[in-house]
Amino acid sequence: MADIQYEAPQDLSAASALLAAGGGQARILAGGTDLLVQMKSDLIEPTLIIDIKNISETRTIAAENGGFRIGAAVPGAELGEHEALSAAWPGVVEAAELIGSTQVQGRASLGGNLCNASPAADSVPAMIAAGAVASVVGQNGARDVLVEDIATGPGQTSLASGEIVASIFLPERPPNSGDAYLRFIPRTEMDIAVVGVGISLTLDGGGVCTAARVGLGAVAPTALLVGPAADALIGTKIDDAALDNLAAATSAACSPIDDKRGTIEFRTDVAGVLARRVASIALKRAAK
Amino acid sequence: MAKHHVTTTINGDETEFLCQTEQTLLDVLRDELHLTGTKEGCGTGDCGACTVTIDGRLVCSCLVLGVEAEGHAIETIEGMADGDTLHPLQRNFIDMAALQCGICTPGVLVAAKNLLERNPDPSETEVRYWLAGNLCRCTGYDKIVRAVMDTAAKMRGA
Repeated sequence: MADIQYEAPQDLSAASALLAAGGGQARILAGGTDLLVQMKSDLIEPTLIIDIKNISETRTIAAENGGFRIGAAVPGAELGEHEALSAAWPGVVEAAELIGSTQVQGRASLGGNLCNASPAADSVPAMIAAGAVASVVGQNGARDVLVEDIATGPGQTSLASGEIVASIFLPERPPNSGDAYLRFIPRTEMDIAVVGVGISLTLDGGGVCTAARVGLGAVAPTALLVGPAADALIGTKIDDAALDNLAAATSAACSPIDDKRGTIEFRTDVAGVLARRVASIALKRAAK
Repeated sequence: MAKHHVTTTINGDETEFLCQTEQTLLDVLRDELHLTGTKEGCGTGDCGACTVTIDGRLVCSCLVLGVEAEGHAIETIEGMADGDTLHPLQRNFIDMAALQCGICTPGVLVAAKNLLERNPDPSETEVRYWLAGNLCRCTGYDKIVRAVMDTAAKMRGA
């Protein structure tokens, strides 16, 4: 086996320089729960591994402008233990906590889940629904990128050479807002989403939905922001008719693969069913 | 081939080792440090046989590079007993026959100890979800869960 170089820089600019210099043979290591598995199965053979966990920005959760900035390498277990974050964005936290076992939760991160670019990544539809913004640091400084614009296909991202997702920003949300995430898997734990739906919504004082975002996973080459599904909720009291329209719009956005874990017909139908349930949970949370 | 010089703490003892980048923490524990209580099952983070803690956080040591241990505190199954005195979970797993072939047992014990440190009074559901990442190919889950629940009760009463 070729000698693999390992670097654990202390700051993002050094990490970015290493990544750019390494070309396509360098890989970023956050929690490693995808990277090490891909290396063992010879899917990738990196010559340089850049561990970003010694960079403080990637390891901290901080309140910022009424929202939260979550370091790209913060493990899922720390998200769940963060009371203020869990209270503000329960849907994002519950999505992140669905990834793998207790042991995987000790390592797996939002940044890794996003940049691994699996269409079935659990945290991504929830982050899309939340309007999450990734802070991307490269050779020419930092830029903000909406989470839905990171993945471009299975395993593919829009990140340029030397660019690293350093953190995820969840914005301040108005009062009477709620979010939720559900996925369908064939068993109760420890599986990969067949369909995943995240919804974030805001109500006015009269219970009318004034804003909504719907994220949809595992039914297209990337997780999707589904505008027509959100439009089905906005301006309504999220009654049965609105939920029917939401389900129809969500199913209409699906272009899934057909495989042993779910047929096209099944995934398309279940997407609508899940959207109804997720909206109902988000509504309850918003009304609290 | 260049090797990394890593300084870490394992079961309370400062430990130094040399490893290559591609060696996992599991490889280092077993092959370099001869701490073979930690087992390799799947090697891909699905089975939990290689469970250890890093700075008190449960992880699969097969999904951690050895070099990542630099400056961190690792606890393995070898650190669970106090000399010749077994940890209450270990004692109870024997008394209640909560193991069959035994390959999953070190990982289960490390994970269960971590649970009881965080939550001394878990529900059965909480135990089952916490241990969902520890697979027992003998399928002896009921005795494992009962032994954890019983130990938790005994430790609360102690």
